Amino acid sequence: MTSTLNPAGGASAPPAGLPPARRSSIRAAQTRRKWYEIIGLTTPAVIVYVMFVLVPMGFAVYYSLFRWRGVGPPTEYVGFDNYVLAFQDPIFLDALRNNAIIVVGSLIVQGPIALAVALLLNRRFRGRAVFRLLVFVPYVLAEVTVGIMWKLLLTGGGTVDALLKEIGLGGLVQAWLADLDVVIWTMLFVLTWKYVGFAIILLLAGLSNVPHELTEAAAIDGASWWQTQRHVTLPLLGPTIRIWMFLSMIGSLQVFDVIWVTSAPAVRSLGASATMATYMVDNGFFARLWGYGNAVAVILFVISFIAAVLFQRFLLRRDVEGAITGRTN
Amino acid sequence: MAMKRRAGAVLALFVTSALLVAGCNGGDGEAQSEQELYKNPVTLTWWHNASQDGPGKTYWEKVAKDFSALHPTVTIQIEAIETNQLQRTRLPAALLTSDPPDIFQAWGGGEMREQVEADYLKDITEQVKTEVENIGSAAEIWQVDGKQYGLPFRMGIEGIWYNKDMFARAGITTPPTTFDELNDAVTKLKAINVVPIALGAGDKWPAAHWWYNFALRACSVETLKKASVDLVFDDPCFVKAGEDLKTFIGTNPFQPNFIATPGQNDPTSANGLVANGKAAMELMGDWNRGTLETAAEDPEALKKFLGWFPVPAIAGSAGDPKAALGGGDGFSCAKNAPAECVEFLKYLVSPEVQKGYAETGTGLPVTKGAEAGITDPALKSILEATAGATYVQLWLDTAFGSTVGNAMNDAIVAIFAGNGTPEQVVSAMKAAAKK
Repeated sequence: MTSTLNPAGGASAPPAGLPPARRSSIRAAQTRRKWYEIIGLTTPAVIVYVMFVLVPMGFAVYYSLFRWRGVGPPTEYVGFDNYVLAFQDPIFLDALRNNAIIVVGSLIVQGPIALAVALLLNRRFRGRAVFRLLVFVPYVLAEVTVGIMWKLLLTGGGTVDALLKEIGLGGLVQAWLADLDVVIWTMLFVLTWKYVGFAIILLLAGLSNVPHELTEAAAIDGASWWQTQRHVTLPLLGPTIRIWMFLSMIGSLQVFDVIWVTSAPAVRSLGASATMATYMVDNGFFARLWGYGNAVAVILFVISFIAAVLFQRFLLRRDVEGAITGRTN
Repeated sequence: MAMKRRAGAVLALFVTSALLVAGCNGGDGEAQSEQELYKNPVTLTWWHNASQDGPGKTYWEKVAKDFSALHPTVTIQIEAIETNQLQRTRLPAALLTSDPPDIFQAWGGGEMREQVEADYLKDITEQVKTEVENIGSAAEIWQVDGKQYGLPFRMGIEGIWYNKDMFARAGITTPPTTFDELNDAVTKLKAINVVPIALGAGDKWPAAHWWYNFALRACSVETLKKASVDLVFDDPCFVKAGEDLKTFIGTNPFQPNFIATPGQNDPTSANGLVANGKAAMELMGDWNRGTLETAAEDPEALKKFLGWFPVPAIAGSAGDPKAALGGGDGFSCAKNAPAECVEFLKYLVSPEVQKGYAETGTGLPVTKGAEAGITDPALKSILEATAGATYVQLWLDTAFGSTVGNAMNDAIVAIFAGNGTPEQVVSAMKAAAKK
C-alpha cells in the first residue's frame, strides 16, 4: 500500500511474496506511471517556460546583432556593434554605476535595519501584529503608487522639505529629484523604504524557525539577550539572510518601475538616475533602436546571470545543496 | 528552487520580446476594390490616443457610431491607447505583424517616412484630393515624397501662453514681439517676484522646443526642409541655435529645479504653475488650452487671465520671422485595410465632424469651415497666427524621426542642466543619424 501512495519516490519495492513475472510487470507499470506523472505535471510549465522565457531570449540575442529600428524585418546584420556601442555610451556606464550603487546600497542599508527590526518584532509585546503590518505595507503597495507618492512628497518645496524645516533641519533640504548628484541617493532611499519590509518579513520567518529550546538553553546557561542573539539566533538565521541578499541583489540589478516613475525622463537621460533597465526602454522604444535595446537587454541578462551564478556558487551553496542536487536515488 | 527564481527574473527581463512574439498571429486584411464599397460587411479597427475619459474620447465614440449609422455595413472597433504606449510600443509591434489595426494615429514626419519605406501605409493620394485641398499646407506633413499617406484632424502652431494679470502688474503693456522685448518682460516679471517662464524640462521635449524655436530663427527654411529629408546637420545654424539658447538660459527665466519638473498633468508640473497663477509664461502647442484646464484649481480664473502670443522674432537672424513650429495629429490607413477605411478618414476631416471636434476644445481643427466651433479667445489667436505663418515647421523631433529626435532632445536637455554644449547637440544628432 505504501508504494502506491508514494508516486514521487517511485522506486520503492513492490510487496514481497509475489512471483517474479508479476513483480516485474508491476515494476514496469509503476515506471510508466512515474513518467506519465512527470510529463503530465511538468508539460504546462515547460511550455510556458520555453514560450515566454527561452524563445524570447533567443530572439533577443538574435535581434541584438542587427541595426534595427523595428520597422520591417531586421536585415542589417552588424555583429557585436550594438554591444560595443553600449559600452562606449557614457550614459550606459552611468546606468551600470547606478545599478552598482543600488545593489551595494540596498544590502548595507536594508540588511542592518531589517535585522534590528526583525529581532525587535520577534519579541512579544502589545501591538506587535500592528507593527508587523505597518512594516510590511510599503512592500505590498504597487511600485507605481510608491513612485508617484514619493515624487509628490519630494518635489521642490513639497511635504518633505516643509517637514524638515518644521523640525529645524531646513539646512538638510536638497533638490531631491532635480540635483543630478543627489537624485540616485534619493532613489536608494525610496527603494529602501519600499523593500525593507520584505527583508523584515523574510527574517521574521527565519526567526520563527529558530528552535525555542536553543535560546532557552542559552538563557539557562546564563547568556544575556544580546549574547543569545549574537551566538544562537544569528548563525541559525544565516540561510535566510543569504537568500534575502540574493533576492535583493537580483532585484536591484533589474530595478525599473520606481526609478521610471519617480525620477523625470530628463534626469534619467542625463545618467543621474538611469539604471540598465530604464536605459534599455529609453533607447529601445523611445529612441526606437530596437536592435540596440535588445543588446542592452542581453547585457543586463548576462550580468544578472553571472551575479546569480557566483552568488550561488560561493554563498548559497550549502543552503540549497539538497534542493538542487536532490535526495532521491 | 533557485532555477525557478532565475526563471522569474529572466521572464521579467524579456517580457518585451515575449510580447512581440505573442503579437504575431495571422489573419490577412483583404483589400477591396472601390466598386465593392459598402457591399460587404467590414470591421475597421481604430487605434487612437484619446485614452483618458473626457470630451476627446467621447467624441471619437460618437463619430464612429455616426459613421456606422450612415454606412450600416461598417463596424468600427475602437481601441484608445495612451500616446507613448501607442506610438512607441503597440503600433510598431502591431505593424510588424500581418494583422495591424486598419486605421491608426499618425504624426507625420520621419516616422511616417520609415513606415512608408517599410510599405505599411495605404497611398491615398487619389482618393483624398478634395480633402487635401481644403486642409491646405498642413496636409503636407502627412505626405512622403509628394504622396498622401494620412490626413490630419488637429494642427496648430506653438506659441507662448501667458498670464495677462501678471503682465499688467509687471507693467508689460503689449506682448513681446522680439526676444529683446521678451528679455525685458522677464526682468520686469522678476521685479514683481513672479516666475517669468514655467518649463517642464523633466519631460525633455518642453525644453527641447525652446531650441527648436532658436533653430527656426537661426536656420533658413531651405536648410530645415533639407535636414528633415537627408538628416544632414552640417549647417552652422544648428550650433547657433544652441548658443542662442545658452544665452537665453543664462538670463534665468525659468522656475528653480526645472530639470525635474514635469510638463503637464499634475499641479507640480509647468502646466500647473501657469494654470494656478504661479508662473507668467509657458511655451506650448495649441493643446495647452485643454491641459492647462486639467491642471487648474480654478478653471474660471484661468479663462480670464490666459492669453497667447507667437514666439518672438530674433533681430538680424537668418530664419523667417513669420515661420512657426507646429504639429498635429492625423490618421493613416494600413496598407491592406479595406477601402472603407479611406472613406472613414474622409469623414473624419469633413467640416461637420471637424466642427464638432473644435467644439470639444481639445485642439484646433484643420478643415476650412470648422473654425466656427472655436470660441476660446486664446485658440482664436492661434488660428489667426497659423493662417498668418509663412511656413510651419513640424516639431523637429517628429520631423527627424525618433532616433535623431531622442538624441537631439537628450543633448538639448544637457544644455539646460548646465553640462552640455551647443556643439554636442549637433554631434549627437549626427551620431544618431548613423545608429
